Amino acid sequence: MKALGLSAVAVVAGLAAFAQTGEAKAAGELTLCWAAWDPANALVELSKDFEKQSGTTMKFEFVPWPNFADRMLNELNSGGKLCDLLIGDSQWLGGSAENGYYVKLNEFFDKEGIKMSDFAPATVYAYSTWPKGSENYWALPAMGDANAWVYRKDWFSRPELQAEFKEKTGRDLAPPKTWEELKQTAEFFQGRDIDGKKVYGAAIFTERASEGITMGATSALYSYGFKYENTAGKYDMQGAVNSPDAVKGLEMYKALYKCCTPPGYTDSYMGEGLDAFKSGQVAMMMNWFAFWPGMYKDENVGGEKIGFFVNPSQVVAASTLGGQGISVVANTDNMDGALAYIKWFAQPDVQKKWWQLGGYSCHTAVLNDPSFKESQPFAADFLVAMGQVQDFWQEPAYASLLQAMQKRLHDYVVADQGTAQEALDKLIEDWTEVFQDEGKL
Amino acid sequence: MSDTPVSRLANRAAAATPQPLARRVRGLSDRAIAWIFIAPTIVLLLAINIFPLIWTIRLSFTNYRANRPNEVVKNVGIDNYTRILGDEDIWLAMQATAHFVFWTIVLQTIIGFALAWAIDRKFRGHALWTTIILIPMMLSPAVVGNFWRFLYQPQIGLFNTIVSFFTGADPSSFEMLGTVELAPWAIVIVDTWMWTPYVMLICLAGLRSIPDYIYEAAEVDRASPWRQFWTITVPMAAPFIMLAVLFRGIENFKMFDMVNLLTGGGPGSTTEVASITLKREAFEKWRTGFSSAFAIILFVAVFGLANIYVKALNRVKSR
Repeated sequence: MKALGLSAVAVVAGLAAFAQTGEAKAAGELTLCWAAWDPANALVELSKDFEKQSGTTMKFEFVPWPNFADRMLNELNSGGKLCDLLIGDSQWLGGSAENGYYVKLNEFFDKEGIKMSDFAPATVYAYSTWPKGSENYWALPAMGDANAWVYRKDWFSRPELQAEFKEKTGRDLAPPKTWEELKQTAEFFQGRDIDGKKVYGAAIFTERASEGITMGATSALYSYGFKYENTAGKYDMQGAVNSPDAVKGLEMYKALYKCCTPPGYTDSYMGEGLDAFKSGQVAMMMNWFAFWPGMYKDENVGGEKIGFFVNPSQVVAASTLGGQGISVVANTDNMDGALAYIKWFAQPDVQKKWWQLGGYSCHTAVLNDPSFKESQPFAADFLVAMGQVQDFWQEPAYASLLQAMQKRLHDYVVADQGTAQEALDKLIEDWTEVFQDEGKL
Repeated sequence: MSDTPVSRLANRAAAATPQPLARRVRGLSDRAIAWIFIAPTIVLLLAINIFPLIWTIRLSFTNYRANRPNEVVKNVGIDNYTRILGDEDIWLAMQATAHFVFWTIVLQTIIGFALAWAIDRKFRGHALWTTIILIPMMLSPAVVGNFWRFLYQPQIGLFNTIVSFFTGADPSSFEMLGTVELAPWAIVIVDTWMWTPYVMLICLAGLRSIPDYIYEAAEVDRASPWRQFWTITVPMAAPFIMLAVLFRGIENFKMFDMVNLLTGGGPGSTTEVASITLKREAFEKWRTGFSSAFAIILFVAVFGLANIYVKALNRVKSR
C-alpha cells in the first residue's frame, strides 16, 4: 500500500512538473501574440534586431484570422500566460482595459519619453485610448491598417475594354471614385471573357462567423453616411444606424454582392479574396492594406499588373479601420522585458525599418517623411485612408455587438431575408438590448 | 472450499498478496471492497459530469459573463429562461435543428435499413461492399466538413459537376452552401452520407439476430417474401432500428462540428442549429448565464425526449 501511495505521489509530482515545464518561460524570453498574416512575418524579421540588442529570445504565437479573436480572448479571459505582448484588435481595447487584461502604459510612456504626439492622431485614438479619446493609453500604435481596394491595371488599360466601357458608361475605365462607379465597373467585368477565362467583377467580404461581412459592409455604410450614434457616447442609435443614407449604403453592398462576385462567394473573407484575385478570377478586390506589399510582390498578378485605390466615397470619404496596437498583457511574468520591447519598438529608426519590411508604421517620423508617398505604390493611398478611418464599437461588449451585426448583415445580404431597413432596425433592437444589459441605456 | 479452477486462481492470488495488505483486505466487508472499486469512478463522474451540471444550473439564474471576472454577478431569477423562450432567433435555431434531425433520421433509417437488408442477402462480394460502405463513418467530421465544402464548390466542385452532368444545368448556377433553399439540404446530405453506414451496421445486427427457423416456418406456411418482410423482418428488427434512431437523434440534436465547418450556420442563420447558437452565445458573446440557461433547456429537451423514446423502445422489445 505504501509503495502504491508513493507511486501515486510520484505520478502526481511528475505531472505537476510536466505542467510546470509547459508553462514556465525562461527569464530572457518573450512571447508575442498576433494574427498569422504577412505583416507578422515582417515583425519576426524586425524583432531579430531586438534579440541582438537585448539578448532576449523572442517567441511568436500567430493565429489564423478566423480564429484569432476566439483564441486570444479565451487566453485573456482565462488568465493564461501564453502572451507577454499582444497585438490585439482595436475593438478589444474597451474590454481588455476594463477587465485589467492590459497594462496601462501612461506612466511607462512618461518615464521613457514616449510621446503619443509622435504617432498619427487617428491611430492613437483608435489603437491606444480607452475610454475613447481620453489620455489613457493601453497600447502603442503598432500596425496601421484600413480596408482598401486592388485592381487589375493590366485589364483596365486594354484599349478595347476602355473603348467598350467608355461607350457603355460615358466615362473612362479607371479606379472608381464612388460606390456607384465601383458597381458599374464590377458589372462591366462580371462574366467577361479575358484571355480565354471567365472573370468576375469584385471580391468582397461576406464571411459570417467572425467579422468579415461587417468589415466589408461598413466600407459601404460609412461612405454613405452611416453613424453609430447621433451624439457620441449617448448610444442614441435611432436615425443614425438606420438613416436613409445608411439604408442606401447597405442596399448598395448587397447589390454589389448580387451582381458582381464569383459563384460560391457566400462566406468569404481575406483569404478567399486573395485566392480569387491571385488566381485571376476578379477585376477588383476589397482587402486590408496589410496585404498590399505581398500582393505587389506576387509573381503572377503583382508589380505593374495591379494598382490600388482608396475605398470609394459616396456621401462622405470613409474607410473601415483595421490595424492594431501592441499591448503588454497584465498577466506576464516578464513585465520588464515586455516594456523593453515596447520602448525599442517605439523608436523612429525601428519604425522606419518596420515600414521597409512590410509593416505599416503609425509613427510620424515615417508617415511625414517627404519620401513616404513614393516609397510604395500604395503609400499615398494609405495616408489618405488613415485620414478618413472609422471604427466599429470599441465597447467592452463589442463581441455581442459584432455578432449581432454579423447576423443581421448576413441575413440581409447573403440570405436575402427582409429589407435593408428591416436589417438595420433589427440591429438597433439587438444593440439596444446589449447596451441595456451593460447598464448604459 | 471446492477445488475448482476459480478457487485455485483465488488461492494463488491470495498467496501472492503481501501479508500486511492481505491482513487489511481480509478485514473489509464485501460492500466496502465494492465501494473501494467504484469510488474512483463515482468521484470522476461527480467531478466531470454532476458538478458541472449543478454549476451550470446555478449560473443559468445569473447574469454571469466569463470574460468579466471583476464584475459583480447578479441573480436574475428566471429572466434568462423567459428571454430564451421568447427569443425569435432561438426558435428559428430550434426549427433549423428540427429540420436537420428529422430529415437525417428519416433518410438514414430508410437507406441504412435498405443497405443492411441488401448486405444480409450475402451476395458475392458483400464483405467488400460492407467495408466500402463503412468508410465515411470512419472519417473525422472535420475532414468530412472540409472536403464536402470543396465538393459543393460551384465552380470546381464534384457535386455540382455531377448534378450538372445529369440535369444539363450550369454547375455554377446553383450554390448548395450559399442559398437559403439548398443549404439546409446540403448539411442533411453530408450527414446522411457519413452516418447511414452506422445505421446500417445496427440494422444488420438486428437482421442477423432473426433465427432462420422463423423464415423456414413462414415458407412452410407459404407466406410470400413481402409478407415475411412485414410480419417477421420489420417487427423483429424494430428494436434495433429504434435504437439506431435514438443514437442518431441524440447525436444530431447536438450536432456542431460538421455543420460549423460546412456553413458556419449560414447563409444568414439558415443552418444555425441550436449548438451553433449556443456556442455563439457562450464563447463569442460571452453571455455565460444566458447560454447556461439555453444549455439546460436543450439538456432537458434531449433527456426528456430520449426517456419517452426509451420507454417506447422497451415496449417494442417486450412484445
